[in-house]
Amino acid sequence: MKEFINQGDKDTRSGFGEALTELGRNNSDVVALCADLTGSLKMNTFADENPGRFFQVGIAEANMMGLAAGLATGGKIPYTGTFANFSTGRVYDQIRQSIAYSNKNVKICASHAGITLGEDGATHQILEDIGLMKMLPGMTVINTCDFNQTKSATLEICNFDGPVYLRFGRPKVANFTNSSDKFQIGKGLMLNEGNDVTIVATGHLVWEAIKAAEKLEKNGINVEIINIHTIKPLDEDLILNSVNKTGCIVSAEEHNIFGGLGESIARLLTSKAPFPQEFIGTNDTFGESGTPIELMNKYGLNMSSIYDAVIKVINRKVK
Amino acid sequence: MSKDLDKLVIQTRRDILRMVHGVNSGHPGGSLGCVEFFVTLYNQIMEHGPNEDSKDMFILSNGHISPVYYSTLARAGYFETKELNTFRKINSRLQGHPTNHDNLPGVNISSGSLGQGLSVGIGVALSKKLNNDSSLVYVLTGDGELQEGQNWEAFMFASANKVDNIIVTIDLNGQQIDGSTEDVLDIGNLKLKLESFNWEVLEIENGNSLKDVHKTLSKAKTNSMRGRPIAILMKTIMGNGVDFMMYTHKWHGVAPNDEQLKEALNQNPETLGDY
Repeated sequence: MKEFINQGDKDTRSGFGEALTELGRNNSDVVALCADLTGSLKMNTFADENPGRFFQVGIAEANMMGLAAGLATGGKIPYTGTFANFSTGRVYDQIRQSIAYSNKNVKICASHAGITLGEDGATHQILEDIGLMKMLPGMTVINTCDFNQTKSATLEICNFDGPVYLRFGRPKVANFTNSSDKFQIGKGLMLNEGNDVTIVATGHLVWEAIKAAEKLEKNGINVEIINIHTIKPLDEDLILNSVNKTGCIVSAEEHNIFGGLGESIARLLTSKAPFPQEFIGTNDTFGESGTPIELMNKYGLNMSSIYDAVIKVINRKVK
Repeated sequence: MSKDLDKLVIQTRRDILRMVHGVNSGHPGGSLGCVEFFVTLYNQIMEHGPNEDSKDMFILSNGHISPVYYSTLARAGYFETKELNTFRKINSRLQGHPTNHDNLPGVNISSGSLGQGLSVGIGVALSKKLNNDSSLVYVLTGDGELQEGQNWEAFMFASANKVDNIIVTIDLNGQQIDGSTEDVLDIGNLKLKLESFNWEVLEIENGNSLKDVHKTLSKAKTNSMRGRPIAILMKTIMGNGVDFMMYTHKWHGVAPNDEQLKEALNQNPETLGDY
């Protein structure tokens, strides 16, 4: 199997911050809004370099979404920044009416997504945001896996006209994609070709999928790994081509299995290629306080859970 | 001019009544209460037009009064008046609550779920400042909808950031679905509240007088760009112009029947031609 090298642990949110700084320097239409989390979102450099184009809105996310819709109406390209929970559930109706239904070119950038936010606990760990956002007509939903991918996604969504939800995280994680990779919205990445099983992973679970595949390979199981960064629109062709070859699939995400990437894949499989699927994700539960690694282990969001799911799904293949 | 605007007021009322009657749904009360405001804003105050680039922008926050908005836009040339006949019908651009989703000219944002238009208007105002565009943003909100907390986030933001290119009119008709605003959830002394939020507050005692509305909107325009956002408290009568619809919240979201329509239209004889 292909070798994947961690170039050094880095947080995905810093990828967002670096890209936003670049956008600030290169595109005068880009504006940024933040709800009292500038440091957490790594938006400081943009704010310092572009005081006229940075709006500190205070702890008032509903207003932030409305302001962003208005700025987009006036031709700007607004990037909003706050935690994933406050970027989605807290302001769902504002996004629905003023941004999605109104088709505004707003980039909703959400850090601290999922359980790996860690010690702050369930109030801040949203595991439902992908579901919320993918259900909005016209909304593009992206969940990036490492620093490099977050940076290139942040840059690329600027070139796309329409509302986007960009989801990334808090902890430092393996940075293994190439910084030169072109980010294409809606195009999954074939990380490794294999014949026995397809693992489709998004976000922090992609690295876990790679580690699981390495172990499976040693035990004679040949794994195809797909990195889906764009959950909507889903790269259906890539997934279908793969599963038609391997005959089974494991989806992996740091999100509730109700409403996440796995469900989107299940819908695709049931209508076009009914092969067995196993789901890695949280199972209809809130999170809790703990370190990111402790939480990933407790809630089954790690390489060993993926390993077990692969064994299980292979056994379910129609003989 | 004034005589023509009087005629336009009457014709707009007829449009509203015929639209809601045509589909036996919609919100005539608040629409009738704001006719003079819309006629003044679109004919005497705003610089606007379907084909102008740099222009003032209007954001309607209380989207349920879409009938008066649609009639105003049609009679200002944004689309043909005959399209008013599609209001609330299947495959129409004239949705129950206004939206830009179907590319209806003159509508820049969706509204209906209340309390969102003020934030949007402030966002547009910020973009105008960034573009060195000296045109203004006008927002209309209801009074009941000020019970939504997002408005107060927005009021706080606008004054703190000296957004002075926005004029927000609040339709003080004192009514909402469940009764008077005082009974449902008292908004209290709005003037003092907004002044304490560091807004400049102007008042229109009779929001159903073209002259009064024009006077105060003109003053607001003059006072804009001076470091503070401007709010206008405009007292109106819900259902204005149709005697049996006035002074009650009963007609907030109820359409007249055939007989009531006939009576209401008799009180407002055709002036500029029905759609």
